[in-house]
Amino acid sequence: MDFPFDFSKKQLESIEDVLNEELIELGVQSVVLIDLAGNVIVNLDNGRCQHDVYSLAALAAANFGAVSAMANIIGEEEFSLLFHKGESDSIHFSKVGTDLLLLTIFGKDVSLGFLRLKANEANDRIRDLL
Amino acid sequence: MALINPKKREVQVKIVYYGPGRGGKTTNLEFINEKFRSRIKSEMVTVKTYNDRTLFFDFLPFDIGMIKGYTIKVQFYTVPGQVKYNATRKLVLRGVDGIVFVADSMTLRQEMNIRSLENLAENLVSFNKNIETIPLVMQYNKRDLEKEGIPVLPVEIMEKDLNAGLKAPYYTASAVSGDNVAVTMKRIISMTVMSIREKLELGGSE
Ligand SMILES: Nc1nc2c(ncn2[C@@H]2O[C@H](COP(=O)(O)OP(=O)(O)OP(=O)(O)O)[C@@H](O)[C@H]2O)c(=O)[nH]1
Ligand SMILES: [Mg+2]
Repeated sequence: MDFPFDFSKKQLESIEDVLNEELIELGVQSVVLIDLAGNVIVNLDNGRCQHDVYSLAALAAANFGAVSAMANIIGEEEFSLLFHKGESDSIHFSKVGTDLLLLTIFGKDVSLGFLRLKANEANDRIRDLL
Repeated sequence: MALINPKKREVQVKIVYYGPGRGGKTTNLEFINEKFRSRIKSEMVTVKTYNDRTLFFDFLPFDIGMIKGYTIKVQFYTVPGQVKYNATRKLVLRGVDGIVFVADSMTLRQEMNIRSLENLAENLVSFNKNIETIPLVMQYNKRDLEKEGIPVLPVEIMEKDLNAGLKAPYYTASAVSGDNVAVTMKRIISMTVMSIREKLELGGSE
């Protein structure tokens, strides 16, 4: 499978609205929607962080691909929770549809449970926009 | 496939350096990273083993300015050339728009070049792409070794081995000294951008 994705301006704006409402308002630092080739589709932040989103996207797509391949080797379709916890900041990954990935970077002030809930809601809403 | 963002008027283009292990793919990107520092906004990302072999990929973003009103962001990647890393090599190829095949000119590596090119063709098929139609530039690297008395394949033999059917543009090069590295890069960028031009003229999807 390759990525015949094209997004209209309107679609991108709607996706940004969803990510703002569900995640930025929750207090996360930044959200990046990428495809599995490592392209950045949408990135938003709270205005107080400066991550290198293009490098992050390349690494996240590769990491996700590697983790999915591991899942397949042990007979799993995929692992549902992908999460890297740091001292002060963490990254959460969730798949959107079959070909997109949502990365959320958040600090200690945001609870993982709540974040997962919101990321799921955002996923459902974005899927409807594709 | 290049990702077009009509809102930011930005296009992301993926160019992959492919070829046998130790052929000089990473060295090509390292040279570009030094030589064109002003066009590169971030650090080169490398995922490598302790002895400097590429384990997963190298990644280097490169801005080439505007074309048809779009900012073009070229993303260079290298694959790990070692045979055993095919699973990760395939992941890196996902969404590729253009390829530089870095062949090793050492006579000893003749067979490895051929195998690696066959492996590229196979991997492209798994993404419904065709080595005959995708933008491709051949680079016959390590030509400097000839001066040191190390046996190097004549260009005609490399052409016959690798490029007889494909007829891709080719360059002899020395990635360590930087000889023809920029020329190779410019050629693949221009071929790749040409190939997506039609899509840009349509203005992405509205
Ligand atoms: N003499 C000479 N040596 C080169 C040249 N290009 C690369 N090398 C050397 O060859 C070795 C391997 O180069 P890399 O760039 O790491 O090769 P690679 O293709 O990335 O290898 P993998 O990551 O294993 O796939 C290094 O020691 C380089 O310094 C060249 O043009 N001439
Ligand atoms: Mg390498």
